[in-house]
Amino acid sequence: MTSEHWLLHVEQLTKHFGPTCPDCRRLTGPDTGRSRCPRCGTVWACVDVNVQLAAGEVLGIVGESGSGKSTLLQMIHLAIRPDSGRIWYCDDGETPRDLLALDRYEARHFRNTRLGIVYQRPELGLNMRFSVGGNVAEKLLLAEWRHFGRIRARTAELMAKTELPPERIDDEPATFSGGMLQRVQIAKALASRPALLLLDEITSGLDVSVQARVLDLLRRIQWEDGITMLLVSHDLGVVRQLARRTIVMKNGHIVEAGLTDQILEDPQHPYTQLLVSSAL
Amino acid sequence: MGYVAVRGGAEAVARAEELVECLRLMGGSTPLHLPQIRDQLRHAVSRAMHEGALYAPLLAALAVKQAEGDSIEAAFLLRAYRTTLPRVMASLPVSGREMMCLRRISASFKDIPGGQMLGPATDYLIRLLQPALANEDMSVVVRAAERYEALVAIGGQRPGEVGRFPKVADYMRQERIIVDVPPDLAREAPFDITREPLTFPCPRSARLQAMAQADTGSLMSLAYSSVRGYGDAHPTLVELRYGYLPIQVAHPLTGEPITIGEIEATEAEVASKAHSVVNSAEPPRFNVGYGFAFGQSELKVMSMAILDSVLTQARIGSLSGESGPAADEEFVLLHSDGIEASGFVAHFKLPHYVTFEADLRVLDRARDHHAERASRLGQLVDQALEEQR
Amino acid sequence: MSANIDQLYNFALLDEDAKRAIRRSLLKAVALPGHLVPFASRDLPIARGWGTGGLQITLALVTPDDTLKVIDQGDDESVNAVNLRRLITRTTGITTTVDTAAATVIQTRHRIPEEPLRDDQILVLQVPMADPLRWVEPHLERATVMHGEADYGKMWVYLYESVVRAGDLRIASQYPVIVNRRYLMDTTPIPRWDVPKLHMAETLYLFGAGREKRIYAVPPYTAVEPLQFEDYPFRTEYRPGQRCARCGAENAFLTTHFVADARGGRWEATCSDANYCAKRRAQAEATA
Repeated sequence: MTSEHWLLHVEQLTKHFGPTCPDCRRLTGPDTGRSRCPRCGTVWACVDVNVQLAAGEVLGIVGESGSGKSTLLQMIHLAIRPDSGRIWYCDDGETPRDLLALDRYEARHFRNTRLGIVYQRPELGLNMRFSVGGNVAEKLLLAEWRHFGRIRARTAELMAKTELPPERIDDEPATFSGGMLQRVQIAKALASRPALLLLDEITSGLDVSVQARVLDLLRRIQWEDGITMLLVSHDLGVVRQLARRTIVMKNGHIVEAGLTDQILEDPQHPYTQLLVSSAL
Repeated sequence: MGYVAVRGGAEAVARAEELVECLRLMGGSTPLHLPQIRDQLRHAVSRAMHEGALYAPLLAALAVKQAEGDSIEAAFLLRAYRTTLPRVMASLPVSGREMMCLRRISASFKDIPGGQMLGPATDYLIRLLQPALANEDMSVVVRAAERYEALVAIGGQRPGEVGRFPKVADYMRQERIIVDVPPDLAREAPFDITREPLTFPCPRSARLQAMAQADTGSLMSLAYSSVRGYGDAHPTLVELRYGYLPIQVAHPLTGEPITIGEIEATEAEVASKAHSVVNSAEPPRFNVGYGFAFGQSELKVMSMAILDSVLTQARIGSLSGESGPAADEEFVLLHSDGIEASGFVAHFKLPHYVTFEADLRVLDRARDHHAERASRLGQLVDQALEEQR
Repeated sequence: MSANIDQLYNFALLDEDAKRAIRRSLLKAVALPGHLVPFASRDLPIARGWGTGGLQITLALVTPDDTLKVIDQGDDESVNAVNLRRLITRTTGITTTVDTAAATVIQTRHRIPEEPLRDDQILVLQVPMADPLRWVEPHLERATVMHGEADYGKMWVYLYESVVRAGDLRIASQYPVIVNRRYLMDTTPIPRWDVPKLHMAETLYLFGAGREKRIYAVPPYTAVEPLQFEDYPFRTEYRPGQRCARCGAENAFLTTHFVADARGGRWEATCSDANYCAKRRAQAEATA
């Protein structure tokens, strides 16, 4: 891992919601089975989280809802600001920079050009009043594409790549099925050729067959483009299909990290053991 | 008469002004005296004052006369006048507790400390036109004065005496039924929307000031929407009081409070159905909304209090169920000012022929595009028919 | 200063504090070209939406030595221009003119004069709606954040969708522009014809929205670029063969209006800039 080039290094990331009290930290965490302090009601979503992501790698984050995995993803997406910690980012051959030091304007630019995100609910990632093509085009327009014809051509290309019928470029998202909308989100996320793709429970709520097709698509994209991905899911089955490495989160803490196969075969933490036994 | 295209816009404007003046007096009736308007059109005067944000009954009567009874225009005249006045000093904070009440009611409890006092309520009037009002002379004025004294005596008070009462809200705060001040919105000095730019999110004082000078009808319609079905508000009237409030200033040299006069005002507090949790250690309470206006302006203060409570709930996230436009602070405050709304709606009477010409050129291009597409479609149909043959 | 000035009111109606506050906002607006600066818009004896923003800027700027021109739709004689002019002259006593070249301050609604403006002139534009993002985000609180982050993707998609649906950029007036390569700005309802006049101009342009309580500015020599696509470029209203029926100008913004004559009347296209048209006719007469 150290010899590889790392793209993202999350260091001691902590985020809480609420007023906090002196007993907060003692009364929460995986050992207590709580994220919410019973005394003051503060939720500790992420506590001292460290993650390193190699360029081209797919990392899975598993955990039940409320474990802090989505908060972690949103912090990396620069949409939620952590209380403390750093998010180092390093393109190949460049000096690492702390993304949390960016001002809002720079952060917006970074998010537009280097990150892509796919949400569980398509209406979070798409503007349902714009056409499908317009949604994908937004990323290109933000990256200063200013030729209508070329934007259309690139959008059609992305639609083909994500197995969407390009002739439906001008249709409204409302006329698309759930699986197709996830592919529209993926097409949009890929438009600016991001360095890192963030995937937040993207197959939850889809039929098993539709889910398999979306995962196949992501595997192919990963294979073709070598794009780095961070995959958040409560479902170990989904993570094992894509991620070589996995971290397990519970009550805001990382309780286990390692190669996905290893975790599946020999889970160390009792929570992971429970997760594995229920998944298999 | 020409309009723009014809030279002589200045003359046209001057003549229009004269014509308006003529129309007011054309009927041949006796010109109105300001005291008549002040005394007999009480509600029109109150409305001009609270929407015009200036307490000046005789000037408001003048505004009502000049505006020929148009309430928004009358308020506009007062506001335009107010802006030219120097600000000599600010009064000391006024509390509704100090009000000499002519009327105070609560819907929350059957009996309240000090008792319910219906006072001059219009709520229970049978709405039948009274033909007798059509031909009144001075004798009715004399009779009314006698009757008033008698009525006050029946109410258990001596003439000229009006009472102070404890506030129902104070009791409810004591019992921890309602919150003290809606949380997170307190600010040291009150915001002044006439001196500071109103941007969002805004402090509660800015919200209350904006609503205090807002158009009654707009507030009513927004408040109505929030209690009717586009919102989850179901307010309970804690107390509504109407009467006279003494106004005090600090003496410029000694700092002693000095009463400089009194104003006629209406005040309301409502409790919201939604529970407010200040912090997890304290049990939930009801939120409150507050309304205040010059004169006897009950609809205005009720609407204002309902909206205040809805907006506070929306801000602290304690709204449950559907929230409609009345829960959007920006929407409510930016669209309820009568002077602003009327001005902008009316401005479409101004010439727009430059923008309309620009619109026409865009319409031309859209038509060309449409025709082009239609002819392309026609060609395809022709081609298909050709192939069939 | 003329003698008939109304002594009941301060010079230029507004009190000095209000004028200073407006001038501070103007300085901020000039320092951040295209950025919307909130200001405590005062109540005026003119209806909100009828030029109170432009009026407050003019009142805060003018000195007794200024020469003022007021136009609406390009016309000095338009009823609204007349009305604003009489308020300003009544409270300042300053000299007014219809001659674009002779004015030091020009207050206008919907037009920029055809005659090129100089660096010793200031153009004050009346603005009805200040934020160009309202088409995609009516909530000011959210739109302010979008401006801060230069998050203009939605606005570009709006343009993209316009080409998809109508085959062209469908915005007639209030054309959105990027100022100084940073802020998206509403050009107020000037026709597209006038938009290029803002780019790298010699003159200071000040924009006032009284009801919306915002001030913004385009300082001299500032880049002002309309939103456009390379293959669907921004175009003005110019039509080949267009010609003013009065002065014969071929390169001016024309509006159509009805002219009554002995045979019942006809529709005619003439210059909307009344002073420009009159000057051209006077020149033609002089040389004839």
